[in-house]
Amino acid sequence: MEFFFNLVPLIPLIPLLAFAAIVLFTHRNNRLSSNIAIGGIALSTLVSWGVVLATILAGEHVQVEGWELPIPWLPTGTTVFNTGFAVDGFTAAMLFMVPFVCTMIFIYSQGYMNLGQPNQDPRYARFFAYISLFAAGMLGLVVADNLLLLFISWEVMGLCSYLLIGFWSFRDRDNEQHIDEAQVKRARAAALKAFITTRVGDVLLFSGLALLFSYTGTLTFREIFRPDMLEHLGSISLLGMPAVTVIALLAFGGAVGKSAQFPLHVWLPDAMEGPTPVSALIHAATMVAAGVYLVARMLPLFVAGFETANAPALQWVAVIGAITAFFGATIGLAQDDIKRVLAYSTISQLGYMMMGLGLGSLVAGIFHLLTHAFFKALLFLGSGSVIHGMEHGHHAAGAHGQTSQHDDGFSANDMKTMGGLRHKMPRTFWPYMAGTLALVGIVPFAGFWSKDEILAEAFQRWQESGALGLPFWVWLAGTLGALITALYMGRQIALVFWGEPRHEAATHAHESPNSMTGPLMVLAVFALIGGLANAPFLGSPLHHFMGGVHEASEVVHSATVSFNFAVAGLSTVVALLGLLGGWAIYRNYRAGEVEPFQRWLGPIFTLLRNKYYVDELYQLVIIRPVVWLADQVFNFDNRWVVDPLVNLVGAVGRAAADISLLFDKVAVDSGLVEGTAKAFNAFGGWLRQTQTGRVQNYLLVVAVTVLMLLGLYLYL
Amino acid sequence: MIPLYWWLVVAAALFCIGLYGVLSRKNAIGVLMGIELMLNAVNVNLVAFWRYVTPQTLTGQVFAIFVITVAAAEAAVGLAIIIAAYRRRDTVIVDELDIMRW
Repeated sequence: MEFFFNLVPLIPLIPLLAFAAIVLFTHRNNRLSSNIAIGGIALSTLVSWGVVLATILAGEHVQVEGWELPIPWLPTGTTVFNTGFAVDGFTAAMLFMVPFVCTMIFIYSQGYMNLGQPNQDPRYARFFAYISLFAAGMLGLVVADNLLLLFISWEVMGLCSYLLIGFWSFRDRDNEQHIDEAQVKRARAAALKAFITTRVGDVLLFSGLALLFSYTGTLTFREIFRPDMLEHLGSISLLGMPAVTVIALLAFGGAVGKSAQFPLHVWLPDAMEGPTPVSALIHAATMVAAGVYLVARMLPLFVAGFETANAPALQWVAVIGAITAFFGATIGLAQDDIKRVLAYSTISQLGYMMMGLGLGSLVAGIFHLLTHAFFKALLFLGSGSVIHGMEHGHHAAGAHGQTSQHDDGFSANDMKTMGGLRHKMPRTFWPYMAGTLALVGIVPFAGFWSKDEILAEAFQRWQESGALGLPFWVWLAGTLGALITALYMGRQIALVFWGEPRHEAATHAHESPNSMTGPLMVLAVFALIGGLANAPFLGSPLHHFMGGVHEASEVVHSATVSFNFAVAGLSTVVALLGLLGGWAIYRNYRAGEVEPFQRWLGPIFTLLRNKYYVDELYQLVIIRPVVWLADQVFNFDNRWVVDPLVNLVGAVGRAAADISLLFDKVAVDSGLVEGTAKAFNAFGGWLRQTQTGRVQNYLLVVAVTVLMLLGLYLYL
Repeated sequence: MIPLYWWLVVAAALFCIGLYGVLSRKNAIGVLMGIELMLNAVNVNLVAFWRYVTPQTLTGQVFAIFVITVAAAEAAVGLAIIIAAYRRRDTVIVDELDIMRW
């Protein structure tokens, strides 16, 4: 089985080749292109699972110490940039999830993008090329043994997220009849927003990496995490902190951008403008998981030099995570767009993961990352299926002539136009329920186990410290977040699947094709049983599998948190209350009514619906000043100073050139050059008259001359 | 005996008549004849100086004979050129033989 480790480089390489093949050769053939993409990622999944199996069988020496394939890559003068691949228990756990969820999403995409239908997306093949590259980026990030390759993959994902979120900003204007210009604009803005917002984090991460490299001369994980190296980094003082903490915080800045943590979470809900499979890809398996992965992978840097309980970098992670978990969930209460609710849910759940990591528990954070990937992919694909069904219902209603106008402001994403879909779309409904229960955290679904481990960790830390310190607030935010999560999911399923259809589109909605519902069912199975991977009554297998990966650094320790019935019981009760409450309140919601939350919460609801006005705040505090500054700079450049100066210099030059030209024409050309020529010409013309060509004339001249010379000789 | 300068005056006159002929005649044959006159004026000089200045040596006579020989050859070549030009151009007037003029 050790043989499989040699195939590790293939894991990111196969989707990358699929991307290249589609872009270069097969992009005209849509079916072939999508099959190449799916085949590529499926092959990658097989190899990955082979590696996972090999890791399991190899036992502790691989799971903890890891298998490595270092490659010296870029010799740059005095240093060499090494790259390479590594697999340990942590990587293997990610390798189990990432390619598999990607495969499900790819298969689903084939149906979602309407392969072979008349309304097939005109840039179908390109879509599959992009998502292949996206998957290659994430897989490269996971198997990297150093921060350089990790950062490259990280940026590849950043690019892909931009391309995919903005996928519908490029429409084929020649071949498409109904181009929603507003959507095109929104998609363009969302793509830019995602790219620029994550770029803020990326700059921080990159400066962290540069700092790290300047101190250590290496970016390879194994070397950075050596105890002596960490001690060395901890002994350098920078900005009043140990350098290692500064580096960790900068890296966390990158993770905040990528994993959409407060205050850089604003791009994630807007990323819903992309096609739904992209949302699933970004929210579950790839993009946002990368930030969490980075923090988890660099955990020793966060802890180094301190006790786990009071490491400042780690406390920042926990605080940001808790804030994000709670506030993300509250915003989810007041959204109408089915995908936006899920987007805020993702933000909130990422907050949970950060909480887990911030408490110093690698396994709790990553366990939630893994289970969340499965059920959030499921929920997103499910919502995509609902939207797909609604769109078809809308078309069907239009075809039957029951809608007066084709475009009456209908949005297929609006939950308030749905209702009663559980009868129309049973094969979407049941997996969706499984995903909901997993997200909310009902026993025995996956989310219960993973969320509970984080809360139990916080609870235990609180008990240990005995004061109302950070762990208490983290625990409180987590538990309240769980309640709100349950509420908004109850509201969502009640609005979407219960009640009466509130729009013709919902009346005519029908089930999506098998290529879409199939992946839903597979993912539903994982949403149901995924929690067993680290269930306490099985002895926390994941904990033993990957808990030890940071042992070598001697700063991060893996300790199992015993299952706490009080915590689990409380969160289950809270979850059930929230879910049933949300469901009961919204079960009989009718079209056009003011919704119950809005009636009860009033201005708070408005605040939530507007996402705490964070976007507006950024608009006011950052974007406006930047635009103003850019305007001023533009004016300085183009209107007031620089361009006029340039023009002045130009004008002076022109004037001088004109004078020079005149001088040249008059004095040089006509005067000197032509004048000389004319003078010689005239003189020559006059002189020419002596050259008669008659010998007798010449002879006469000779004779006269001789006579004159003779006369001179004789008489002088 | 006739003094030397009489001979010299005759020769000079002859030379001037020849030169005038060369410079003023339009007919190429006239020009050629002028040249002959000038050559003969020289011959008269040569023989006269021999007889009056160095009668012991034959140099003056020999020179004169050489000049006559060369003059005969020159007349032959010149007439041949004139005949050739006449055949080609139907004229022996030197002003009209002007194809080499610019």
